[in-house]
Amino acid sequence: MYEFVTGPLAWLAFGIFFIGVIVRAVNYIRGLDWKLDRVAYGANPSHGARGAIRSIFFWLVPFGTRSWRFYPGMTVLFFIFHFGLIFTPIFLRAHNMLLAERWGFSLPTISDPVADILTIAVMVAGLFLILRRIALPEVRILTTAYDYLLIAIAIAPFLTGFLAFHHVGDYRFWLITHILAGEIMLIAIPFTKLSHFVLFFCSRAQIGMDYGIKRGGLKGKDLAW
Amino acid sequence: MPEGKLCNKTPINTKEELQALLSDKSGKQYYEEMKHLDVDQEKLWGTIQKTLKSRLKTWLEICAHCGLCSDSCFLYLANNKDPKQVPSYKVQSTLGEIVRRKGKVDNDFMHYVMETAWSKCTCCNRCGMYCPFGIDMGIMISYVRGLCFGQGFVPWEMKIGSGMHRVYRAQMDITTEDWVETCEWMAEEYEEDWPGLEIPVDKQNADIIYTVNAREPKHYPEDLAEAAILFHMAGENWTVPSMGWEETSLAMFAGDWEACKLQVESVYDAMKRLNAKKMVVTECGHAYRATVVEGPYWAGLESGQTPIPSFHYVEWLAEALRTGKIKIDPAKKIKEPVTYQDSCNYIRNAGLGDVAREIMSYIAEDFREMEPNREHNFCCGGGGGFNGIGLYREQRNTGLKVKRDQILKTGAKLVVSPCHNCWDAIRDLEEVYKVGIRWSFLKPLIIEMAIVPEHLKPQEEEA
Repeated sequence: MYEFVTGPLAWLAFGIFFIGVIVRAVNYIRGLDWKLDRVAYGANPSHGARGAIRSIFFWLVPFGTRSWRFYPGMTVLFFIFHFGLIFTPIFLRAHNMLLAERWGFSLPTISDPVADILTIAVMVAGLFLILRRIALPEVRILTTAYDYLLIAIAIAPFLTGFLAFHHVGDYRFWLITHILAGEIMLIAIPFTKLSHFVLFFCSRAQIGMDYGIKRGGLKGKDLAW
Repeated sequence: MPEGKLCNKTPINTKEELQALLSDKSGKQYYEEMKHLDVDQEKLWGTIQKTLKSRLKTWLEICAHCGLCSDSCFLYLANNKDPKQVPSYKVQSTLGEIVRRKGKVDNDFMHYVMETAWSKCTCCNRCGMYCPFGIDMGIMISYVRGLCFGQGFVPWEMKIGSGMHRVYRAQMDITTEDWVETCEWMAEEYEEDWPGLEIPVDKQNADIIYTVNAREPKHYPEDLAEAAILFHMAGENWTVPSMGWEETSLAMFAGDWEACKLQVESVYDAMKRLNAKKMVVTECGHAYRATVVEGPYWAGLESGQTPIPSFHYVEWLAEALRTGKIKIDPAKKIKEPVTYQDSCNYIRNAGLGDVAREIMSYIAEDFREMEPNREHNFCCGGGGGFNGIGLYREQRNTGLKVKRDQILKTGAKLVVSPCHNCWDAIRDLEEVYKVGIRWSFLKPLIIEMAIVPEHLKPQEEEA
């Protein structure tokens, strides 16, 4: 079972993830239409690029935009959640040991206690994101079961990985479940709202180009995000 | 009844149709007919499949339902944070639902969509600046308006407005003769005080072609005279076109994209016909947005630019003050506290925030910013056609509260408002809430403050 989920199934999951993400990005870009979107992408590439980069950059910086500053609590939750979600699995010692064993190379790693802290942080932040959905009327009205499912998909690999690492209960069971949970997440990314993994950048670049080209950019005025 | 006599899916294209609609007071019959109007589901879904591409589709799909857009919306704030006013909800419950149902929606649902599109959003685009994904719900609601228009679910005044553009190439029933006569009349009226004052019509090769908002010739012709006086004072070589003088676009508010194209093309034709160097548009926000920012796309100009460089009035004025073409008498600068209403359409959506501050630095001694300001400013409360729709007057008045409080907080009693929609909204705000404020366009203020060169003053007649 272990061989299967870390072998063919892992290949499949990573394959779907990488190809899927590329397809989503390519389809997005191909579907842009200067006339429908009313943005002259082609005529002003440098202004467009400037707008796109600014639009992505400021939103990747904690408190870098007016919106992030307006909701400090959400901003902290948001950045902890996403940072932990991406950073932890890539630099985890156990993952890199597996990488070295299979492919003969590995990335720098973080210590296990740091990984533990990050894992707990992701789970706690996830929990607060759920509570926020229940508690705030303006978020509750938007929330559907699908939103909870996505948070579950994102948190599951962390919870199962944590249980496996600390040998809570049946190690073998949690390990297999952890790997499956990770693979479910990878496969879900291109097909669900989790596609914002790549579409965040596409969408931010687009609105950046919109402002950079049409809405003030050509007047030499950068938008204060 | 599938199609009404007045309320139907066909846009207005003749004077007779326009007259019939106008004589239906407050759209009584029109809205009655709307209750029975059929939804052409096939057409609705067909339009969506053709026009809902990458940008809109992705926005609809990836919205994380996080609610960070809520506090960005002045209508959400003005309605005691009613969750139904959260921008994302307004989009998801209209466009989102239409897409989920593949266009299979009924009359009741379209009534809800119309109400949302015109009474819960002014397309001010502020929410787009607060969404982590950059989802601009103002653009999405504007798209929804287009879908509604195609189905005949459009407020009475908006249908009339777009019809006006189709018939008169202006938002009001002003013919070329009316317009030219108004120009002549105003020049004559003010010539005694301003010797040599002209409003040149159809002059070839001028430096500036000046275009206006139809309300000016119709209701405030002195605005036209004031523009002429300031051009005269600045020594500009300018003209107005006999046709293609209207910059506004109620068609844009109505979602009638075909009429939008017809309207801006009439202005672009005038630019080319008269071979002017640049175009300057009056103190109107959506006029600039429609003709200068969005218009080139409707007209299919791949550059995204108007045929000749185009400027908002504040850009022309800032330059005239900067270069000394118009000089302000320091003794006459505004002494009292004064604030400036940033119009969404040319500040947030066209980047002219600095230009507005530059002007204020020349004319005001105690300029006070609203909070928030510039591109983050709130809509006046009457944008996107909201001011003009009788059916939603109450909702509009509620929405004005946010602007009222913003103005009061500055401590200023005078609001400079170089945008017709904002000007109207602030006037109505005073009428409804009686807070004791005044409001003004820039032109009359500048004329009061300017140093008039000796040679432009009327000569004393010798006794």
